[in-house]
Amino acid sequence: MLDPTDLRILRQFQAAPDLPTADLADRAGVTPTTLARRLDKMRAAGVIRAVRSVINWPSLGYTVEVSLRVQLDKTQPRAFDEFLAQARKIPEVIEAQTFLGQVDARLSVIARDMPHYQEVYRDKLLTLPHIADIEALMHVSRVKFDETLPL
Amino acid sequence: MIDLDDTDRAMIRAVAADALLSAGALGRQLGLSQPAAWRRLKRLKDAGIFRGQRLDLDREALGFSVTVFLGVKLATKGRVSLEDFERAVTAIPEVQTVEHVLGAYDYRLRVVARDIADFERVLRRRIMTLPGVGNIDANVLLSEERLPGPIG
Repeated sequence: MLDPTDLRILRQFQAAPDLPTADLADRAGVTPTTLARRLDKMRAAGVIRAVRSVINWPSLGYTVEVSLRVQLDKTQPRAFDEFLAQARKIPEVIEAQTFLGQVDARLSVIARDMPHYQEVYRDKLLTLPHIADIEALMHVSRVKFDETLPL
Repeated sequence: MIDLDDTDRAMIRAVAADALLSAGALGRQLGLSQPAAWRRLKRLKDAGIFRGQRLDLDREALGFSVTVFLGVKLATKGRVSLEDFERAVTAIPEVQTVEHVLGAYDYRLRVVARDIADFERVLRRRIMTLPGVGNIDANVLLSEERLPGPIG
Protein backbone atom coordinates (compact mmCIF):
# COMPACT_ATOMS: atom_id res chain seq x y z
CA MET A 1 0.00 0.00 0.00
CA LEU A 2 2.76 2.47 0.94
CA ASP A 3 5.53 3.06 -1.58
CA PRO A 4 9.03 4.44 -0.97
CA THR A 5 7.80 8.01 -1.57
CA ASP A 6 5.17 7.65 1.16
CA LEU A 7 7.78 6.30 3.55
CA ARG A 8 10.16 9.14 2.71
CA ILE A 9 7.39 11.65 3.46
CA LEU A 10 6.55 9.95 6.76
CA ARG A 11 10.22 9.85 7.77
CA GLN A 12 10.62 13.58 7.22
CA PHE A 13 7.21 14.39 8.69
CA GLN A 14 7.77 12.50 11.94
CA ALA A 15 11.23 14.04 12.31
CA ALA A 16 9.71 17.55 12.22
CA PRO A 17 5.90 17.50 12.61
CA ASP A 18 5.70 21.30 12.87
CA LEU A 19 7.54 22.00 9.63
CA PRO A 20 5.66 24.22 7.13
CA THR A 21 4.23 22.18 4.24
CA ALA A 22 6.53 23.74 1.63
CA ASP A 23 9.65 22.82 3.63
CA LEU A 24 8.35 19.29 4.24
CA ALA A 25 7.77 18.84 0.49
CA ASP A 26 11.30 20.07 -0.10
CA ARG A 27 12.87 17.66 2.39
CA ALA A 28 10.85 14.73 1.07
CA GLY A 29 11.80 15.65 -2.50
CA VAL A 30 8.23 15.98 -3.80
CA THR A 31 6.10 18.86 -5.05
CA PRO A 32 3.65 20.47 -2.58
CA THR A 33 0.77 19.07 -4.66
CA THR A 34 2.12 15.52 -4.46
CA LEU A 35 2.75 15.98 -0.74
CA ALA A 36 -0.82 17.15 -0.08
CA ARG A 37 -2.26 14.27 -2.11
CA ARG A 38 -0.09 11.64 -0.40
CA LEU A 39 -0.83 12.99 3.09
CA ASP A 40 -4.57 13.02 2.36
CA LYS A 41 -4.38 9.43 1.18
CA MET A 42 -2.47 8.30 4.27
CA ARG A 43 -4.88 10.16 6.56
CA ALA A 44 -7.86 8.54 4.85
CA ALA A 45 -6.23 5.10 5.18
CA GLY A 46 -5.66 5.73 8.90
CA VAL A 47 -1.87 5.42 8.67
CA ILE A 48 -1.61 9.02 9.86
CA ARG A 49 -3.86 9.48 12.86
CA ALA A 50 -3.06 13.06 13.86
CA VAL A 51 -0.40 15.52 14.81
CA ARG A 52 -0.59 15.85 18.59
CA SER A 53 0.75 18.61 20.79
CA VAL A 54 2.66 17.19 23.73
CA ILE A 55 1.72 18.82 27.03
CA ASN A 56 4.65 20.08 29.07
CA TRP A 57 3.33 19.09 32.51
CA PRO A 58 6.05 20.80 34.56
CA SER A 59 4.95 24.13 33.03
CA LEU A 60 1.52 23.48 34.56
CA GLY A 61 3.07 22.81 37.96
CA TYR A 62 3.25 19.03 37.74
CA THR A 63 6.89 18.42 38.49
CA VAL A 64 6.74 14.81 39.71
CA GLU A 65 6.24 11.84 37.40
CA VAL A 66 6.11 8.28 38.59
CA SER A 67 5.82 5.04 36.69
CA LEU A 68 3.79 2.56 38.71
CA ARG A 69 4.33 -1.07 37.74
CA VAL A 70 1.46 -3.18 38.94
CA GLN A 71 0.94 -6.89 39.29
CA LEU A 72 -2.70 -7.85 39.40
CA ASP A 73 -4.49 -10.68 41.17
CA LYS A 74 -5.19 -12.83 38.12
CA THR A 75 -7.38 -15.26 40.01
CA GLN A 76 -9.98 -12.52 39.48
CA PRO A 77 -11.19 -12.96 35.89
CA ARG A 78 -12.12 -9.29 35.49
CA ALA A 79 -9.02 -7.93 37.22
CA PHE A 80 -7.63 -6.10 34.14
CA ASP A 81 -10.92 -4.48 33.12
CA GLU A 82 -11.89 -3.38 36.59
CA PHE A 83 -8.43 -2.09 37.42
CA LEU A 84 -8.27 -0.03 34.19
CA ALA A 85 -11.82 1.28 34.54
CA GLN A 86 -11.01 2.71 37.98
CA ALA A 87 -7.53 3.94 36.99
CA ARG A 88 -9.05 5.97 34.11
CA LYS A 89 -11.06 7.95 36.65
CA ILE A 90 -7.96 9.27 38.42
CA PRO A 91 -7.10 12.64 36.81
CA GLU A 92 -3.40 12.37 37.70
CA VAL A 93 -3.05 9.18 35.61
CA ILE A 94 -1.90 10.26 32.13
CA GLU A 95 -1.11 6.86 30.61
CA ALA A 96 -2.28 3.30 31.21
CA GLN A 97 -0.75 0.24 29.60
CA THR A 98 -1.15 -3.51 29.93
CA PHE A 99 1.60 -6.06 29.34
CA LEU A 100 2.53 -9.63 28.81
CA GLY A 101 5.38 -10.31 31.21
CA GLN A 102 6.29 -9.90 34.82
CA VAL A 103 4.39 -6.63 35.02
CA ASP A 104 0.65 -6.69 34.22
CA ALA A 105 -0.08 -3.00 34.01
CA ARG A 106 1.68 0.29 34.22
CA LEU A 107 0.35 3.73 35.04
CA SER A 108 2.09 7.05 34.43
CA VAL A 109 1.15 9.31 37.28
CA ILE A 110 1.93 13.01 37.62
CA ALA A 111 1.75 15.17 40.73
CA ARG A 112 2.58 18.72 41.79
CA ASP A 113 5.18 17.68 44.35
CA MET A 114 6.01 14.78 46.66
CA PRO A 115 3.32 15.54 49.31
CA HIS A 116 0.74 15.70 46.51
CA TYR A 117 2.06 12.42 45.07
CA GLN A 118 1.81 10.79 48.52
CA GLU A 119 -1.80 11.92 48.70
CA VAL A 120 -2.66 10.59 45.21
CA TYR A 121 -0.82 7.34 45.97
CA ARG A 122 -2.51 6.66 49.28
CA ASP A 123 -6.01 7.91 48.56
CA LYS A 124 -6.47 7.00 44.90
CA LEU A 125 -3.87 4.55 43.59
CA LEU A 126 -3.65 2.10 46.48
CA THR A 127 -7.44 1.80 46.51
CA LEU A 128 -7.53 0.51 42.91
CA PRO A 129 -9.03 -2.98 42.70
CA HIS A 130 -7.11 -6.30 42.34
CA ILE A 131 -3.58 -5.03 43.00
CA ALA A 132 -1.31 -7.88 44.11
CA ASP A 133 1.95 -5.96 44.05
CA ILE A 134 3.03 -2.46 43.13
CA GLU A 135 6.42 -0.95 42.42
CA ALA A 136 7.29 2.67 41.70
CA LEU A 137 9.92 4.12 39.39
CA MET A 138 10.50 7.83 39.87
CA HIS A 139 11.33 9.77 36.71
CA VAL A 140 14.60 11.64 36.82
CA SER A 141 14.78 12.79 33.21
CA ARG A 142 13.63 12.07 29.69
CA VAL A 143 16.59 11.30 27.49
CA LYS A 144 14.64 10.55 24.32
CA PHE A 145 10.94 11.07 23.78
CA ASP A 146 10.17 11.67 20.12
CA GLU A 147 8.56 8.20 19.70
CA THR A 148 9.47 8.04 16.02
CA LEU A 149 9.25 4.76 14.12
CA PRO A 150 12.35 3.35 12.36
CA LEU A 151 10.81 3.69 8.89
CA MET B 1 2.85 29.93 36.82
CA ILE B 2 0.12 30.64 34.28
CA ASP B 3 -3.49 30.85 35.52
CA LEU B 4 -5.93 28.70 33.57
CA ASP B 5 -9.69 28.91 33.30
CA ASP B 6 -12.00 26.19 31.97
CA THR B 7 -11.74 27.48 28.41
CA ASP B 8 -7.93 27.33 28.57
CA ARG B 9 -8.10 23.76 29.83
CA ALA B 10 -10.52 22.79 27.06
CA MET B 11 -8.19 24.44 24.56
CA ILE B 12 -5.15 22.51 25.87
CA ARG B 13 -7.10 19.25 25.54
CA ALA B 14 -8.18 20.11 21.99
CA VAL B 15 -4.69 21.10 20.85
CA ALA B 16 -3.15 18.04 22.53
CA ALA B 17 -5.51 15.88 20.45
CA ASP B 18 -5.00 17.82 17.21
CA ALA B 19 -2.15 20.27 16.89
CA LEU B 20 -3.28 21.37 13.43
CA LEU B 21 -6.60 22.90 14.50
CA SER B 22 -6.82 26.47 13.23
CA ALA B 23 -7.76 29.32 15.55
CA GLY B 24 -11.07 29.48 13.67
CA ALA B 25 -11.84 25.80 14.26
CA LEU B 26 -10.74 26.03 17.91
CA GLY B 27 -12.95 29.08 18.37
CA ARG B 28 -15.97 27.28 16.93
CA GLN B 29 -15.35 24.32 19.27
CA LEU B 30 -15.01 26.54 22.33
CA GLY B 31 -17.48 29.29 21.50
CA LEU B 32 -14.87 32.00 20.91
CA SER B 33 -14.26 34.36 18.03
CA GLN B 34 -11.31 33.50 15.81
CA PRO B 35 -9.13 36.38 17.16
CA ALA B 36 -10.01 35.54 20.77
CA ALA B 37 -9.08 31.88 20.20
CA TRP B 38 -5.83 32.94 18.53
CA ARG B 39 -4.90 35.19 21.48
CA ARG B 40 -5.62 32.45 24.00
CA LEU B 41 -3.64 29.88 22.06
CA LYS B 42 -0.70 32.27 21.75
CA ARG B 43 -0.76 32.91 25.48
CA LEU B 44 -0.67 29.16 26.20
CA LYS B 45 2.15 28.59 23.72
CA ASP B 46 4.15 31.51 25.08
CA ALA B 47 3.80 30.06 28.58
CA GLY B 48 5.50 26.89 27.35
CA ILE B 49 2.49 24.64 27.91
CA PHE B 50 3.41 22.51 24.88
CA ARG B 51 6.68 20.66 24.64
CA GLY B 52 6.43 20.13 20.90
CA GLN B 53 4.48 18.09 18.41
CA ARG B 54 4.33 14.40 17.71
CA LEU B 55 3.13 12.64 14.59
CA ASP B 56 0.75 9.90 15.68
CA LEU B 57 1.06 7.01 13.23
CA ASP B 58 -0.73 3.66 13.14
CA ARG B 59 2.37 1.59 13.85
CA GLU B 60 0.63 -1.73 13.12
CA ALA B 61 -0.34 -0.48 9.64
CA LEU B 62 3.33 0.38 9.11
CA GLY B 63 4.40 -3.13 10.06
CA PHE B 64 5.53 -2.62 13.64
CA SER B 65 3.40 -5.11 15.48
CA VAL B 66 5.53 -5.47 18.61
CA THR B 67 6.24 -2.88 21.30
CA VAL B 68 8.32 -3.91 24.30
CA PHE B 69 9.17 -1.95 27.41
CA LEU B 70 12.57 -2.73 28.85
CA GLY B 71 13.76 -2.01 32.35
CA VAL B 72 17.53 -1.71 32.21
CA LYS B 73 19.82 -1.90 35.21
CA LEU B 74 23.38 -0.74 34.67
CA ALA B 75 25.95 -3.27 35.85
CA THR B 76 28.98 -1.10 36.20
CA LYS B 77 27.98 2.26 37.50
CA GLY B 78 30.98 4.51 37.92
CA ARG B 79 33.09 2.66 35.38
CA VAL B 80 30.79 3.48 32.49
CA SER B 81 29.36 6.95 32.57
CA LEU B 82 25.65 7.49 32.24
CA GLU B 83 26.38 9.81 29.33
CA ASP B 84 28.02 7.00 27.36
CA PHE B 85 25.03 4.74 27.90
CA GLU B 86 22.54 7.49 27.09
CA ARG B 87 24.35 8.50 23.92
CA ALA B 88 24.52 4.92 22.65
CA VAL B 89 20.94 3.98 23.52
CA THR B 90 19.49 7.17 22.02
CA ALA B 91 21.13 6.36 18.68
CA ILE B 92 19.26 3.06 18.28
CA PRO B 93 16.38 3.76 15.83
CA GLU B 94 14.10 1.09 17.32
CA VAL B 95 14.34 2.71 20.76
CA GLN B 96 11.51 5.22 20.85
CA THR B 97 11.80 6.59 24.35
CA VAL B 98 14.48 6.57 27.03
CA GLU B 99 13.66 7.59 30.57
CA HIS B 100 16.14 7.82 33.40
CA VAL B 101 14.36 6.53 36.51
CA LEU B 102 14.99 5.82 40.18
CA GLY B 103 13.93 2.48 41.60
CA ALA B 104 14.45 -1.13 40.63
CA TYR B 105 15.85 -0.03 37.23
CA ASP B 106 18.00 2.80 36.00
CA TYR B 107 16.40 3.27 32.59
CA ARG B 108 13.09 2.55 30.96
CA LEU B 109 13.13 2.01 27.19
CA ARG B 110 10.30 1.73 24.72
CA VAL B 111 11.32 -0.43 21.78
CA VAL B 112 9.36 -1.13 18.57
CA ALA B 113 9.95 -4.08 16.27
CA ARG B 114 8.32 -5.72 13.27
CA ASP B 115 7.81 -9.01 15.12
CA ILE B 116 9.27 -11.03 17.97
CA ALA B 117 12.19 -12.24 15.84
CA ASP B 118 12.99 -8.65 14.92
CA PHE B 119 12.76 -7.67 18.59
CA GLU B 120 15.18 -10.46 19.51
CA ARG B 121 17.64 -9.11 16.93
CA VAL B 122 17.41 -5.58 18.38
CA LEU B 123 17.75 -6.91 21.93
CA ARG B 124 20.78 -9.10 21.22
CA ARG B 125 22.68 -6.96 18.77
CA ARG B 126 21.84 -3.46 19.95
CA ILE B 127 20.62 -3.38 23.54
CA MET B 128 22.65 -6.14 25.20
CA THR B 129 25.82 -4.73 23.66
CA LEU B 130 25.29 -1.25 25.15
CA PRO B 131 28.08 -0.02 27.43
CA GLY B 132 27.53 -0.96 31.06
CA VAL B 133 24.24 -2.77 30.56
CA GLY B 134 23.33 -5.24 33.30
CA ASN B 135 20.02 -6.84 34.13
CA ILE B 136 17.19 -6.34 31.60
CA ASP B 137 13.51 -6.89 32.24
CA ALA B 138 11.14 -7.06 29.25
CA ASN B 139 7.38 -6.61 29.10
CA VAL B 140 5.46 -6.88 25.82
CA LEU B 141 2.83 -4.16 25.37
CA LEU B 142 -0.72 -5.48 24.96
CA SER B 143 -2.76 -2.30 25.18
CA GLU B 144 -2.15 1.35 25.70
CA GLU B 145 -4.26 4.40 26.34
CA ARG B 146 -3.33 8.02 26.83
CA LEU B 147 -5.55 10.01 29.12
CA PRO B 148 -6.18 13.77 29.16
CA GLY B 149 -4.60 14.21 32.60
CA PRO B 150 -5.52 16.67 35.35
CA ILE B 151 -6.89 19.35 33.02
CA GLY B 152 -10.25 17.62 32.51
